Amino acid sequence: MLSRVADRIFWMSRQMERAENMARILGVTSNLLLFGAKDRQEQNLLAPLTITGTAQAFEELGQPLTLDTLIAFLALDEANPSSIYSCLRDARDNANEVRWQITSEMWETLNATWIEVRSMRRERVAGSGATQFFDWVKERSHLFRGVTYGTIVRGEAFNFSRMGTFLERADNTARILDVKYHILLPTVQDVGGALDFYQWTALLRSVSAFETYRALYHDQIFPIKVAELLILEQRMPRSLATCSFQINNALERIVGQHDHAAKRLAMELLARLTHADMEEIFQGGLHEFLMSVLADIIELGNRIQRAYLGTV
Amino acid sequence: MEKQHYDEMQAAPGEVREHYRALAQWLAETPPARLLEKRREADLLFHRVGITFAVYGDAQGAERLIPFDTIPRIIPLAEWELLVRGLKQRVAALNRFLHDVYHGQEILKAGVIPAEQILANEAFQVAMLGLDLPHQVYSHVSGVDLIRNEDGTWYVLEDNLRTPSGVSYTIENRKMMMRLFPELFERQHVHPVEHYPALLLDTLRSIGPNAMHEATVAVLTPGQYNSAYFEHAFLAQQMGVELVEGPDLFVKDGFVYMRTTGGRQRVDVIYRRVDDAFLDPLAFREDSLLGVPGLLSAYRAGNVSLANAIGTGVADDKSTYPYVPDMIRFYLGEEPLLANVPTWQCKRPEDLAYVMDHLGELVVKEVQGSGGYGMLIGPASTAAQIDTFRARVQANPANYIAQPTLSLSTCPTFVERGIAPRHVDLRPFVLSGREVKLVPGGLTRVALKEGSLVVNSSQGGGTKDTWVVD
Repeated sequence: MLSRVADRIFWMSRQMERAENMARILGVTSNLLLFGAKDRQEQNLLAPLTITGTAQAFEELGQPLTLDTLIAFLALDEANPSSIYSCLRDARDNANEVRWQITSEMWETLNATWIEVRSMRRERVAGSGATQFFDWVKERSHLFRGVTYGTIVRGEAFNFSRMGTFLERADNTARILDVKYHILLPTVQDVGGALDFYQWTALLRSVSAFETYRALYHDQIFPIKVAELLILEQRMPRSLATCSFQINNALERIVGQHDHAAKRLAMELLARLTHADMEEIFQGGLHEFLMSVLADIIELGNRIQRAYLGTV
Repeated sequence: MEKQHYDEMQAAPGEVREHYRALAQWLAETPPARLLEKRREADLLFHRVGITFAVYGDAQGAERLIPFDTIPRIIPLAEWELLVRGLKQRVAALNRFLHDVYHGQEILKAGVIPAEQILANEAFQVAMLGLDLPHQVYSHVSGVDLIRNEDGTWYVLEDNLRTPSGVSYTIENRKMMMRLFPELFERQHVHPVEHYPALLLDTLRSIGPNAMHEATVAVLTPGQYNSAYFEHAFLAQQMGVELVEGPDLFVKDGFVYMRTTGGRQRVDVIYRRVDDAFLDPLAFREDSLLGVPGLLSAYRAGNVSLANAIGTGVADDKSTYPYVPDMIRFYLGEEPLLANVPTWQCKRPEDLAYVMDHLGELVVKEVQGSGGYGMLIGPASTAAQIDTFRARVQANPANYIAQPTLSLSTCPTFVERGIAPRHVDLRPFVLSGREVKLVPGGLTRVALKEGSLVVNSSQGGGTKDTWVVD
């Protein structure tokens, strides 16, 4: 497959996944503000900007940080390259360039999503309309993934699409966890506090893991278990371990000439996440662990880019 | 005001030509409501598949649908076979001419064509001098535009030997007709055209630089913003070869490679839909981002074949066109089977004088123009438009040719008020490699505006399915 074509397919899937993740982050943020204590408001509002690395760009707008301005900036701002709007546009543009290498169903899904978001009115995506919008974005992303899984030939295009999806998802899960890691750290007085319960459940919900937690652990919500679910649990579709497994799976099926570095790192990451122990991670420092995993994910993206996608 | 013209369907009012009888009967039997419904269905289907073309000069990058007319244009087999002989003859002479002007230049030495006419032509490529091409073929895909005058005689209006487009519509229109009106194909045997991509692939493989291994073919496109991008992608997909853009290719040690996920892969034949000037920034326009640096040197080394060859424009230029009948006589020793339209060359003082006196009745074209841009249709223009054009021609006479306003034959076509005659032309595609082949039919373009003679899609023209029938 042409490197350029693989690159567009890879990024098409990454951008769609990124749009979904942004919708999840914003959805949870809106939710937290309803429950959270006043002194945590600022912190909660800042989190989405920190996770997506857009805090400075927002500051440059010179606007007060409120839920409305935050959503306006991260949902439909055409000038913000990280907004949901921009992600959906980029996903569609990438798909347009490789329309003949993906299925018409995939193209039509992305094109229809783009056409719809383009016609959305700013004022509708605020207040109670915001939640509906986030749900819609998630649905479109689910649809796209389902359509891809259900229609495309199991070949290189499929593998690059899967790599894009899971690399982006791993990146997102690691970032969400790191921004919220402090609420998972065990402290004596906080255990079982109502406030933390909401923080933990919000974190779980942001990655569709609340029901999964109940189903897998049949237990009260303990921070160490939350961390375990999102980092090591292989049955949890958005955990770092699962993402790593899927990336490795896709990479194994791709034949390249200079891809040893990428494949080695993918396997190392998988081994780390498969054999890690939660107690040890906490002892070594949750933040430090997440930072090193995130660094690996970023480096893996770079190596995939170099090995297959060229520098066009 | 409109002149007499040849009607493809009716010899006289109420008298349907034999090869149109099955269709005429079907039209009479089919309720208008059903025809209308089918027409809408066709529009919807074309939109969904995305058979659109980008419009130049549209800031929105708008994509437009080329209107598709559901009434086919029909040619009887015997007549088609005559056309094929004429087309093969013409393209053979044009290829001989191209080989000659880039080698011995015998035709110039013999004085058949003035040397400066060719050597000073913008499209003449010095880089091609002395280069030997497989089978001595330059124009591998030739689109020859044909029209019929009022007595039904076929004329060649122009030759397109650079990157002629439109063949994807030939195929898509047929698929659409078979889908919408399968019963029509039961009534009459229509010769198939869908194997064009297979013939094209055969042709391209036959010009591979190395006969020892099967040539790897790629289609080179300027990218998705080009007006014919749909066709580039369509042909690549139908042939099962890669659709590449300039940056996907690179030249190393005299060979051309594609960048793939599995590493570099050698490319032997490039079906390029990028103009000469943009092919190689090292050799031609250095600001070109569409080309491949070093491509010309790899080509000259014989390590890669290009279709069409570089420098074919010198043969399809409108100022060269008047000499094609002489080329046929010179190279083949035959009389042309297809006639040229009488042409005045404004660079000749006596021709210029005639043209200046008759602007109101002539069609005047730029010698390098295409797509229906930069032309004057005398009878359809205002006095002011004619005066403006007169000044342009006088400023640079060598840049213009003039032809009589041809009537162009008409074919029944769906219009707002029902079915009415509209003017059509025909572009068959001649494939030349080891052998010369063409699929029966071609692209019929139709001027949808009443009385209009401009069939170009960029100017509001539509297309029809073209049938060759037994």
